[in-house]
Amino acid sequence: MKLALEVNGEPRAVEVSPWKRLLDVLRDDLRLTGTKEGCGEGECGACTVELDGEAVNSCLVAAGQCDGRRVTTVEGLARGELLHAVQRQLVACGGAQCGICTPGIAVCAAHVVDRGLVAGCDDATARARVRELLAGNICRCTGYQLIVDAVIAAAREVAS
Amino acid sequence: MTAYLRPRDLAEALDARAAHPDWMVLAGGTDLMVNANHRAAPAGILDLWRLAPVCFVRSADGALAIGAGATWLEVERHPEVRAHAAPLAAAAREIGALQIQARATLGGNVATSSPVGDSLPVLLALDAELEVASVRGRRRVAYRDWCTGYRTTGLAADELIVAAHLPIAGPTTRTTWRKVGTRRAQSISKVMGAAAITLDGDVVVDARIALGAVADRPIRIAAAEAAVRGLRLADAAAAARAAVRAAIQPIDDIRSTASYRREVAENLVARFFSMS
Repeated sequence: MKLALEVNGEPRAVEVSPWKRLLDVLRDDLRLTGTKEGCGEGECGACTVELDGEAVNSCLVAAGQCDGRRVTTVEGLARGELLHAVQRQLVACGGAQCGICTPGIAVCAAHVVDRGLVAGCDDATARARVRELLAGNICRCTGYQLIVDAVIAAAREVAS
Repeated sequence: MTAYLRPRDLAEALDARAAHPDWMVLAGGTDLMVNANHRAAPAGILDLWRLAPVCFVRSADGALAIGAGATWLEVERHPEVRAHAAPLAAAAREIGALQIQARATLGGNVATSSPVGDSLPVLLALDAELEVASVRGRRRVAYRDWCTGYRTTGLAADELIVAAHLPIAGPTTRTTWRKVGTRRAQSISKVMGAAAITLDGDVVVDARIALGAVADRPIRIAAAEAAVRGLRLADAAAAARAAVRAAIQPIDDIRSTASYRREVAENLVARFFSMS
């Protein structure tokens, strides 16, 4: 089918099977390889993108379902040279090691920060909430502590 | 080539379902799209994602109605669900994680009716009724009569799930839900359960007790329900525990052992009474 969707603010059109995974449309057809495949089962969150404003696993979305929808990938977080607050804080806090989970973490964390999902929480509540909201993003390197630090710092930065 | 249809309304969806019973009925895709790249493409996709007539939550006439297309994120955040079906909101918050909750739907959970579906014991304990539709008309079926075996249901080949209807419990009925798994998010539950316990003072007048992951389908534990009726709360936990022990047939598998599941199931049900 002819699939027309908005990716990172740009209208895109591709000819694909409606059964193809959004993940593969992004990586193979649109050459946006920032989005990674981890498990292909919706367990690990490495392929997280925003679809119509919700954080979703792109490995579990059929291409046909994306016709006319809006997608934001990790490539769409920065504004030109200016990184998203979450990306900046992941760098500053050391919230990344091998990197396979990082694009999914960045997209999910940006969703949490931009939607204000921890806004107004005290520090302990915000940390617990970030851990819950990012529970679908598995990282085998960092132990999560520095990732949580980065998301909290980004949320504070955006709020101030 | 896989056909694809995104119907504009329920009538178009039902016509397509009747005309193409072999097509995959797809909503959030959190079950059906797992490893999709390694599986044969379906003949067609009937895409019900965001089909407006099945995406709603509302309460009326002493019942809560939740559309089949409502996502777990919508269920969890909805004030009417939190107020009138708190265990369902609690279960919704522990299904998968944020990305799954944003896509997975009530209708999808009910259509799959896996023995480990986290929401399903809640639907049993809250005495949910399903509303299904086809070009032949609409019918309602109690969720307790819905599952016919391991991941099989009473849904006909031309039918679609429209909604679940949950009677709102009165003030003397306590409802609860609890799951036990390796971790709260993502991991598939070892055992989960829900209960609705109606009290007169500290005497159990009535109880609905449901468990998941202890049989080929989510089940009500009728023997435990009968065992606690008329007992004081202090005695109900032990009676329920003994009845559960005799009533369930959990299995050994990659996630747990039968003996562990048996012990956890008994503890869960006993706790439902000690917490009340």
